[in-house]
Amino acid sequence: MEAFTTHTGRAVPLRRGNVDTDQIIPAHWLKKVTRDGFEDGLFEAWRKDSSFILNQPERQGATVLVAGPDFGTGSSREHAVWALQNYGFKAVISSRFADIFRGNSLKNGLLTVVLEQKVVDALWELTEADPSAEITVDLEKRQVLATGITADFELDENARWRLLNGLDDISLTLQNEADIAAYEASRPAFKPRTIEA
Amino acid sequence: MGRTLAEKVWDDHVVRRAEGEPDLLYIDLHLLHEVTSPQAFDGLRLSDRQVRRLDLTIATEDHNTPTIDIDKPIADPVSRIQLETLRKNCADFGVRLHPLGDVEQGVVHVVGPQLGLTQPGTTVVCGDSHTSTHGAFGALAFGIGTSQVEHVLATQTLPLARPKTMAITVEGELPDTVTAKDLILAIIAKIGTGGGQGYILEYRGSAIEKLSMEARMTICNMSIEAGARAGMIAPDEITFDYLRGRDHAPRGAEWDAAVEYWKTLRTDDDAVFDAEVFIDAVELAPFVTWGTNPGQGAPLSANVPDPASYDDASERLAAEKALEYMGLSAGQPLRDIKVDTVFVGSCTNGRIEDLRNVAAIVEGRKVADGVRMLVVPGSVRVALQAVAEGLDKVFTAAGAEWRHAGCSMCLGMNPDQLAPGERSASTSNRNFEGRQGKGGRTHLVSPQVAAATAVLGHLASPADLSEAPATAGV
Ligand code: SF4
Repeated sequence: MEAFTTHTGRAVPLRRGNVDTDQIIPAHWLKKVTRDGFEDGLFEAWRKDSSFILNQPERQGATVLVAGPDFGTGSSREHAVWALQNYGFKAVISSRFADIFRGNSLKNGLLTVVLEQKVVDALWELTEADPSAEITVDLEKRQVLATGITADFELDENARWRLLNGLDDISLTLQNEADIAAYEASRPAFKPRTIEA
Repeated sequence: MGRTLAEKVWDDHVVRRAEGEPDLLYIDLHLLHEVTSPQAFDGLRLSDRQVRRLDLTIATEDHNTPTIDIDKPIADPVSRIQLETLRKNCADFGVRLHPLGDVEQGVVHVVGPQLGLTQPGTTVVCGDSHTSTHGAFGALAFGIGTSQVEHVLATQTLPLARPKTMAITVEGELPDTVTAKDLILAIIAKIGTGGGQGYILEYRGSAIEKLSMEARMTICNMSIEAGARAGMIAPDEITFDYLRGRDHAPRGAEWDAAVEYWKTLRTDDDAVFDAEVFIDAVELAPFVTWGTNPGQGAPLSANVPDPASYDDASERLAAEKALEYMGLSAGQPLRDIKVDTVFVGSCTNGRIEDLRNVAAIVEGRKVADGVRMLVVPGSVRVALQAVAEGLDKVFTAAGAEWRHAGCSMCLGMNPDQLAPGERSASTSNRNFEGRQGKGGRTHLVSPQVAAATAVLGHLASPADLSEAPATAGV
């Protein structure tokens, strides 16, 4: 995973709440067996509408998505995160994320930043008025900065440390092999098995 | 201080706990399917890792599988590649797989319980958000993303922060006409699609205790639609009876030891939940959705709500957008809404009890002219049982299509889809825009409402079928 320290980029203000992962990447895209090439599926249905924000020329190359509350609800598909990343987004800001989406994004190095709705409103106003306005997401300081806006955000220390260092969860867990083996040795015999071990 | 059911199961699976870190949790059962696993197996290959516990892992094909002509090659090349990839991955790594055509094939959340693999007090994960279904057994079960699928394959554990707990207590007797589906739709409408976020829900109270395992699965299945990753119900005699004798249920002395443990899996009287919701069962009625998220629902007897009636600006906007997408207008009686398609199936309502309930209503009746009705069993076992009981004949005699097992129109990854603008009454769990096909309009309903709707051609409950069936029996 790529490390995330700080990122500055232009934004896409997405004034919609409850954006579910079926909207982020429709099911028929889930048939792919790779992690890349999902950029054209991102918000596919909405992008058919030429007035959709992502289609506006001044939003090309934007890397920060500022979305309404409850972003990423619904299906657990990690493809939603890949689609956002493949498209070029580095961070998503919302007042509330669905749990699974948030977990998936942090595992892939897509920073999901929770800010109060009034800050999200301010970011919307700023970036709607000036599409060239940049937003900085600073993970070291846990701060979002834009013209006239400074907002602290929370992210638990462990998740932050892993993102800052780009650490892979599996290697970290395997450092605890002894604990896993000890736990396995104590599992009751009545626990189900799918095949004879 | 006492502990809740969720806390007990959580504590029993902590491999490692350290200050400032998420708990490392052991996973008892890992279910796989073709959609969310290919990139995880690729990751294993790249890092030269094996599947740590093949005996705690099982795969089935469900999302892409066709429900007709299953003996022919799969027409859509992309679906075919995804299934072939799963087959190759399972063969390469040694994972038990139930492919299309196998007697144990079916929707992953139907297969786990029917094999007896889903047991009280276990941790169950799957790269699918409706893994919450398995919580009906008092298991801690939740959906995970593909990175986590890889993590579990490699380590049989997951680092997780402990969620809060919420009690949803349903007291009283559910009216005869009210099903588990109506109950969960009403719960979601009450707490909202974000209401359960960060919580493990525990459904409890006298109304829940009376429910069958199948009804409990319907409820836990939709916990995710309330924003919660998991929903649980304390195991009891109904749970034990369901499990006894199943393929992978413990036997002999192990059964006794298991039951003894399972009986401890109840929230202690002095345990404290982080949040509580109370529902009076008596007040419930058949419930349907009118919008494009599962929280946008109302009793069938109500009218389409007026977006202007919402105080909250974002809810008002969501309602406006939903009505536009759904082609509905405020004030329209829900009962007047005509449908083109009725879908019975999915991991929410594709089990044998659901099919029996539908058959009982359509028996001797006809599906309304111009309405297509699809009945898709949740698994091959469910299909075989239905055939043994003659339910398939009841469906076809009524003019419904009886299909092979799979996810089917629940998400339309296979050819079973709505056309743009087409409207369905569906027993599945998501009414998102385009979920059942681009431009398709979905009303979530119970199996009973689905059946009555198929017969009348508009949203209806069995009580609306005043006239007696044309013929008795089959
Ligand atoms: S039936 Fe629907 S909700 Fe259930 S696993 Fe299949 S696609 Fe997902």
